[in-house]
Amino acid sequence: MTYLAKNLTNGGRELIAFRIGDQEFCVNVMSVREIRGWTPATPMPHAPRYVLGVINLRGAVLPIIDLSARLGMRPAEPTVRHVIIVTQVKDKVVGLLVEAVSDILTIKDEDIQPTPDMTSEFERTFARGILAIEGRMICLIELEAVFPHSESEAA
Amino acid sequence: MDMNEIKEIFFQECEEQLAELESGLLRLNDGDRDPETVNAVFRAVHSIKGGAGAFGLDDLVSFAHVFETTLDCVRSNKLEPTQEVLKVMLKSADVLADLTNVARDGGSVDQARSAQLIRELEALAKGEAPPAASAAEPAAPKAVAAKPTPVAKAAPVEPVVNEHGFAPVAFSFDDFGGDEDATVNDLPAYDIVFKPKSELYTKGNEATLLLRDLSRLGEMSIHCNMDSLPPLDQMDPEAAYFSWKVSIKTDKGEDAIRSVFEFAEWDCDLEVTALEAGEVSEASSDDLPMQPVPFDLSALDGDLDVPLGVVEEEEQIAAAQEAAVAAAETASNVLQMAGNASRAAASEKSAAAAAATAQNNAQQASSAAAPTIRVDLDRVDRLINLVGELVINQAMLSQSVIENDSNGVSSINMGLEELQQLTREIQDSVMAIRAQPVKPVFQRMARTVREIADITGKSVRLVTEGENTEVDKTVIDKLAEPLTHMIRNAVDHGLEMPEKRLAAGKSAEGTVKLTAKHRSGRIVIELSDDGAGINREKVRQKAIDNDLIAADANLSDEEIDNLIFHAGFSTADKVSDLSGRGVGMDVVKRSIQALGGRINISSKPGHGSVFTMSLPLTLAVLDGMVVTVAGQTLVVPLTAIVETLQPDAAAIHSFGATQRLISIRNSFCPLVDVGRILNFRATQANPVEGVALLVESEGGGQRALMVDAIQGQRQVVIKSLEANYTHVPGIAAATILGDGRVALILDVDAVVSASRGQSLQLESSLAAAG
Repeated sequence: MTYLAKNLTNGGRELIAFRIGDQEFCVNVMSVREIRGWTPATPMPHAPRYVLGVINLRGAVLPIIDLSARLGMRPAEPTVRHVIIVTQVKDKVVGLLVEAVSDILTIKDEDIQPTPDMTSEFERTFARGILAIEGRMICLIELEAVFPHSESEAA
Repeated sequence: MDMNEIKEIFFQECEEQLAELESGLLRLNDGDRDPETVNAVFRAVHSIKGGAGAFGLDDLVSFAHVFETTLDCVRSNKLEPTQEVLKVMLKSADVLADLTNVARDGGSVDQARSAQLIRELEALAKGEAPPAASAAEPAAPKAVAAKPTPVAKAAPVEPVVNEHGFAPVAFSFDDFGGDEDATVNDLPAYDIVFKPKSELYTKGNEATLLLRDLSRLGEMSIHCNMDSLPPLDQMDPEAAYFSWKVSIKTDKGEDAIRSVFEFAEWDCDLEVTALEAGEVSEASSDDLPMQPVPFDLSALDGDLDVPLGVVEEEEQIAAAQEAAVAAAETASNVLQMAGNASRAAASEKSAAAAAATAQNNAQQASSAAAPTIRVDLDRVDRLINLVGELVINQAMLSQSVIENDSNGVSSINMGLEELQQLTREIQDSVMAIRAQPVKPVFQRMARTVREIADITGKSVRLVTEGENTEVDKTVIDKLAEPLTHMIRNAVDHGLEMPEKRLAAGKSAEGTVKLTAKHRSGRIVIELSDDGAGINREKVRQKAIDNDLIAADANLSDEEIDNLIFHAGFSTADKVSDLSGRGVGMDVVKRSIQALGGRINISSKPGHGSVFTMSLPLTLAVLDGMVVTVAGQTLVVPLTAIVETLQPDAAAIHSFGATQRLISIRNSFCPLVDVGRILNFRATQANPVEGVALLVESEGGGQRALMVDAIQGQRQVVIKSLEANYTHVPGIAAATILGDGRVALILDVDAVVSASRGQSLQLESSLAAAG
């Protein structure tokens, strides 16, 4: 707590970094509720391809999004080694399927570099910036853009 | 807590008060003459008025005031609560409810109606009870047109607070002397003894304000009686010790005086005595146990911008002046005076307590019946969710223990059984928290009956039974609308006009009976009338006209009766105010089905009709059939399923390119592949390998839903999909099965209506809707 508070007062923020394929991404730790292992999801009819279905999270019905498919990459083939990052955006709780959680980063706002001036749909929609940490490149993801309900609102 | 929250609480209380009011009036209507019933009714209106006044809801206040005045006449036996009187009062209760709703939700109320009722109420209060009313106020000749004397004048003495915190009692002499002209002396005089109880202060009332209001009525003098003030060390800072004796001359009458104390009435002893002219001064000075100590009331309340001038009688000036000076000199004087009086205080206190007890007894009698607490519905729902979890977890645990424990006699098994018992009991108890008696809905129906009886000119009596039958609050909330509609129908279409009834050998007054009871885990609500019953010839003809049935169709009586549930069906000859809304019994049936219920009608020509509704006790759990479709587990609500069958290859007939029909007892019913509709598989499954569920949906259409296999019947806990996801077409909700996995609950109506179109169109429309 004191560690966190110190960093926050220094303008720092904590991010959770995770791996999909050979790329690394991160989201703000404040929107992460928990991280849990993969359990088979119940498929939803008429759902977008990246919605794997719903699982039971202690009584709540939790939709699971295949982040890989959502970000326009190859759809995941979930195994027991995959993890679900349970995130909360606004009033909805949604699980993101990723390959593995790699790191917890403490960074300052000025460490976030703007996304390079490219015009692919992916980065315009989901990427909020990139980070250079120990020679790795980590992409900061805008969670609100990931969730299907915000997509349907936009449509 | 902000103002809106307080207001919300007020409206919640209003609802309770209105229910109390209505049930009280209905009891009176049934011949109950218990004074406590009248009191309860009066209190209900009074409380609404009080609260409304605090929020500045003027319409509500003014109506409640007139209503209250009339009720007061009943309370004081000046007005006999006859059927006619009660009819007006019941209508007034309806208007009061309307006004409350308007105050809460906005909108407008029927001004003409409330104005009319105000006139009727006033006529009742005045017209029918003039002798009693005038006897009660002999010294209030309202006709005397005397000019009221303004009394509020600025006090010239600045209050100075000494080191003990006591402010000297200031006094205004401005109005003395020549002021006492003949007009003032001719005014009726009253002696008022005002003795607040501690409750008055705890409820936020303020004696100063009351006295100031009183001073606006006319010229008055105030004496504070501090006899009961104990020595400082024995003083309870929150208790009431002072009482005031007020002599007032006013032309406003006793009622005006009493109305000043209106909201403090229950929390103080108030005596108002009318005096003969000239009697005033003797009475006030003789009765006082000590020298009058005039008070500058502004010293009691620093917030008052208008200091209050106190008017004194001429002969008391000298004494008063002395007292004022004495009080100003030192506070110990006051304390000493109080000390002298404290000997009497103990006995007086107990007497006051006894009086308070007596007065509160009546109020407590009604409320002491069952102590209740108000709980936020969200909290209860959260608890219900958690218990749902517990049940699921317990089931999962049992399952895994049974799998790993082959002999089944270990102590773990015993413990598990007890756990199962306990969880079931907890679940039942928690469900019972949400359960509410159907009484409020039934009471609303009483109003509906009254209104429709008025409009149609029929004489109707509503009999209710089993109104304490409990059912889930959500069910209750959703029950009101279909029930209102059915009651309307029963009175409008079911009951005959009085002449016709008499001709048929029935009493002129029709009876509509509403009963509720529990039967095999469901609530059964019956609505019966003793009207003419369903005119089967007319219904049949109408159905033929509307192409609902073939002209030569052979239908049983029951089948004809049930035709009225078809969409757009109305047998009323003319479109009346009540039935001309384009909604019919089909809407009723649909809302009942949406609640997971069923509705039936049975009718006897000449003897009336009976509608029977059977509803689940809760919407939190559901009886479902667990089925497998394309490897997925789905739950189909049991209420929708008419029968299940194993299709025979010979019974399946292709129809067009993709449609298939199944013949069931010589009628053809479309087959709907659930797996295909929900897009779980690309091609239709072979019907012979699966099971068909014959379902009935809104509009009465039957479909045979194809599923792969039936796993069994189970009670499942309903979970929202919308909470974290979006609405999914064809899926009503989700649930969690014993293995911890989520299963989807099929929305049978949506699936059936989707199957009406081409399957390709269906998919695109479903996808678009998602």
